[in-house]
Amino acid sequence: MTMAESKHWRTERDADGIAWLYFDMAETSTNILSVETIAEFDAHLRDIESSPPKGLVILSDKKSGFIAGADIKGFTGMESVEQAAEFMRGMHTVLNRLEAFSFPTVSLIRGFCLGGGLELALATDYRIADEDPKTRLGLPEVRLGIHPGFGGTVRAPRLVGAPTAMDMMLSGRALSARVAKKVGLIDYAVPERQLLRAAKMIIAEAPARHRPGRVARLSNHPLVRPLLAKYLKRTVAKKANPDHYPAPYAMIDLWAKHFDNPSKMYAEEAHSVASLVVGDTAQNLIRVFFLQEEMKALGRKNKFHADRVHVVGAGVMGGDIAAWCALRGLHVTLQDQSPERIAPAMKRAHALFKKKLRQPRLIQAAMDRLMPDVKGVGVERADVIIEAIFENAEAKQNLYRLLEPRMKPTALLTTNTSSIPLEVLSEVLEDPKRLVGLHFFNPVAQMQLVEIVKGEQTSQSIANQAAAFTRQIDRLPLPVKSSPGFLVNRILMPYLLEAVVLESEGLRPELIDKAATDFGMPMGPIELADTVGLDICLAVAETLAESLEVEIPAKLRSMVSSGNLGRKSGKGFYSYNKGKPEKAKCEGESMPADLTDRMMFRMLNESMACLREGVVESADLLDAGVIFGTGFAPFRGGPMHHIHTSGSQSMKNRIDDLSQKYDGRFEPDAAWGSL
Amino acid sequence: MATRKKKKAGGAVYIVDGSRTPFLKVKGAPGPFLASDLAVAAARPLLARQPFEISALDEVIVGCVMPTPDEVNVARIIALRLGCDKNLPAWTVQRNCASGLQALDCAYQNIKDGRSDIVLAGGAESMSHAPVLLNDTMVGWLGEWAGAKKFGQKIKTLGKLRGGHLKPIIGLLRGLSDPVIGLSMGQTAENLAYRFGINRETMDAFAVDSHKRLTAAQEGGYLDDEIEAVYDSRGKSYQHDDGVRADSSVDKLGKLRPVFDRKFGKVTAGNSAQVTDGAAMLLLASEYAVEQYDLKAMGRIVDSEWAGLDPAQMGLGPAHAMAPILKRQKMAVSDIDYWEVNEAFATQVLACVEAWQDEDYCKNELGLKEPLGKIDRARLNIDGGGVSLGHPVGASGARIVLHILNILERNDAQHGMASLCIGGGQGGAMLVTRDVKEDKG
Repeated sequence: MTMAESKHWRTERDADGIAWLYFDMAETSTNILSVETIAEFDAHLRDIESSPPKGLVILSDKKSGFIAGADIKGFTGMESVEQAAEFMRGMHTVLNRLEAFSFPTVSLIRGFCLGGGLELALATDYRIADEDPKTRLGLPEVRLGIHPGFGGTVRAPRLVGAPTAMDMMLSGRALSARVAKKVGLIDYAVPERQLLRAAKMIIAEAPARHRPGRVARLSNHPLVRPLLAKYLKRTVAKKANPDHYPAPYAMIDLWAKHFDNPSKMYAEEAHSVASLVVGDTAQNLIRVFFLQEEMKALGRKNKFHADRVHVVGAGVMGGDIAAWCALRGLHVTLQDQSPERIAPAMKRAHALFKKKLRQPRLIQAAMDRLMPDVKGVGVERADVIIEAIFENAEAKQNLYRLLEPRMKPTALLTTNTSSIPLEVLSEVLEDPKRLVGLHFFNPVAQMQLVEIVKGEQTSQSIANQAAAFTRQIDRLPLPVKSSPGFLVNRILMPYLLEAVVLESEGLRPELIDKAATDFGMPMGPIELADTVGLDICLAVAETLAESLEVEIPAKLRSMVSSGNLGRKSGKGFYSYNKGKPEKAKCEGESMPADLTDRMMFRMLNESMACLREGVVESADLLDAGVIFGTGFAPFRGGPMHHIHTSGSQSMKNRIDDLSQKYDGRFEPDAAWGSL
Repeated sequence: MATRKKKKAGGAVYIVDGSRTPFLKVKGAPGPFLASDLAVAAARPLLARQPFEISALDEVIVGCVMPTPDEVNVARIIALRLGCDKNLPAWTVQRNCASGLQALDCAYQNIKDGRSDIVLAGGAESMSHAPVLLNDTMVGWLGEWAGAKKFGQKIKTLGKLRGGHLKPIIGLLRGLSDPVIGLSMGQTAENLAYRFGINRETMDAFAVDSHKRLTAAQEGGYLDDEIEAVYDSRGKSYQHDDGVRADSSVDKLGKLRPVFDRKFGKVTAGNSAQVTDGAAMLLLASEYAVEQYDLKAMGRIVDSEWAGLDPAQMGLGPAHAMAPILKRQKMAVSDIDYWEVNEAFATQVLACVEAWQDEDYCKNELGLKEPLGKIDRARLNIDGGGVSLGHPVGASGARIVLHILNILERNDAQHGMASLCIGGGQGGAMLVTRDVKEDKG
């Protein structure tokens, strides 16, 4: 290929003899490293090498950032370990060539510099980044069930020492330019106005390359590595089960065994990441990544954009939704009956802003965007009104009567109800089409999913606007039908109730929870019920019981009536000490053979029913909703995917068995028959 | 950037709306709010309830005596924090205790001159955040320290440090004293008590009355529409002026010791204004803006006046500032329905009332042929004042104008006068009316 035929890269030489290599991937807004862009990158490097410049600067033409990472779609097509390893080795060769250049090389970074993009930058002599908060540097591969494969596992610990590098790679967390400079990942964090000057000056000066400090260097010592590896594995084990998530452990081993021999380590890295990428965990996590993209796309069906949001009800949900919207840059008015009711929400908002924004002036700006509004003067100018008052149809209807005549004609009227049909609530509206549900989950700042509830009366365009708004505040919209429990609560509740039944049969909560976490749930159902609050569980269950065949265990009622509500009251199924459950060890205790199945099949069976009834549009969206709404084992790819990959026939047999053994609770849904 | 529209000069100037924070008594440590926090808390709901967009504002003017070093032009910070356009000018004015009134007067003049149509103006003060400064010896020492490059020099410089270097300058106390005459504000109040023979019991009775009146106003809900609650980051909301003492009595106040002229004086903390944090923000509009946005005016500004007098008698400032307005408007004391004379000191308000009845004073000091007459206590500060709800120096001027408009509406009355004495020997006054049609004058 000649340079003139280049589609994605462009080399310019300036009067000082510096080569500027621009990445501007064709037909997309984001630079990624695919087979094609890597090949072209290599061709440019060879060309530059053939007549060596004074220095080389690699930079991006994209507004979105430097390089967002490797081509994840490409990973889904990888069939064999060898094919994947070949891809990694190819990039190793390219980056080794870049690293070996005799002239100074600089990566000039603005915006996203993630995964393979950061690995590329690690192969240049220097890294200079824009200090703007939009700059994010990270190695998030672990979130897709793999680890860095373009030499990152070698170069990152070498540059910044094992503790920092491992923390980045094991958590997948991205760093700001300021932090990246502090840990030595980049050489300079400068304002945009100095970026080009900094690149030229650093090439002219060619200072010594960054080396990690003494302690960081020591962390890579052959005598220290085994100890540190052990410690790291212990830390990781608290968060990720090695059977479910092998990548972090592979990464630690790679470093512990091979750090002293880079060429061997590159080869082992390629092999390790190749084996991981074709495995079930990575393939399922990649699938989840694309499901997430699918939900994001739902927000692009409509151009709706809000500047002002008015939230009515400053309770836990309303207050936290208001704070979240203000954090995302919207102007928010938060209404409740008295300042005393709003004040706690302002406190929580301040804590959220402090955690997320850190800088005092940004925290102040966010607080300034969030206005307590006892008189409700925010209604007239709001683009979105979110009603989050207590679950009482009459109270909500009375509120809508007052709101509707004052609202802008174009404003969205949304409700956070989890149990009252929208068809009922909208009866009092002049224009019932405009009411749509925005069902957030608790805690709002952590739960990405928002169910977009479309009542019979809701217009599609309003539902699309609600989805667009959900994306605007960086949440994931899941369109669901207005039917009892919508999707998430409906699927979650039978599973929780089965766990309560198991407990009343005499099984210890610890054992029940362990079975669920062994399956891959982030938290056991008993602890989850305690955390949500047993009174809330009971209320949701009762609403569901009105229309679905849900049997409410007597134990749940008796606990609620005796005031044991879970974590918030200090006692539920567990006793709580400073908010932490007191759990006894259950090592070596035998579990009933069908313990896991009893819980999971309640959930799977309900999933089948929801899909059949069209609560969500597709099996993919159902999987996405259940993963993001309940934390359902992401490495299993969601309930429907799990049924299919486990073998539909054998799964059907298992539920039939359960159904014969236990009364009505496991009656297989009609949909199993048509699998 | 938008270019300035050409506006019409010479029309009436209206006050269309206003809000204030509760006035929060300073309790030793810095309070939860800076001046800008307070002004934002007052103005944000005020702007949110207007029929016009925030972009309709032409300028923001805020009175503040002691902005913290981070917010020297505090008005600009307030404007930006409120979400005003970047191209909206904002400026801070300072005329000591009348800074808030000065802001309103500047807005009034600019609207009258046709430079602005809608102005957000008011005052804000966080007295609890008044700076504590290093003294000059310490600043000099620090300069020497920074210049000492070698270790030996540093040691030598360190050896020069004395205990006296660390004695701080309390900004608030300096602010409340007059360097020209060497008297604190409280001592000028003692001067007035001496001159007009006002005794301790009269002052204390006035103070008790102030507390009783504010208590009644709070209980009657007369302040509910005026005050916007403020919220801190610790889950607390503040809804009421918290310096009020419903159980205040002459007996209790009688036990307090004089603080300015120790031992023998009469002015105590109990019969002086409280040190307080607070803000009051108002919206002023031209006739054109009132028509364009169909605004309902609270009232109209009729006239304003500034006066100077002997700094040692500064508490009589209102007597000097209000008199020319009455003369210009051809009004008698009885034509004014209600009066708000800021209570810097009980004795100072009492002295103003005395001065207007004093033939000698009116003749010699005010240049009048006859005494103006008695201001009826039943029409003066009817809902309390600085003694009971505090005097956040930059904010009080804006508060009394806002409050007199509320009083006029509540009593279906016409004319209200708001006035303050000003440290350094000045007085400021503003006459407002609910008769929104312009009368000749």
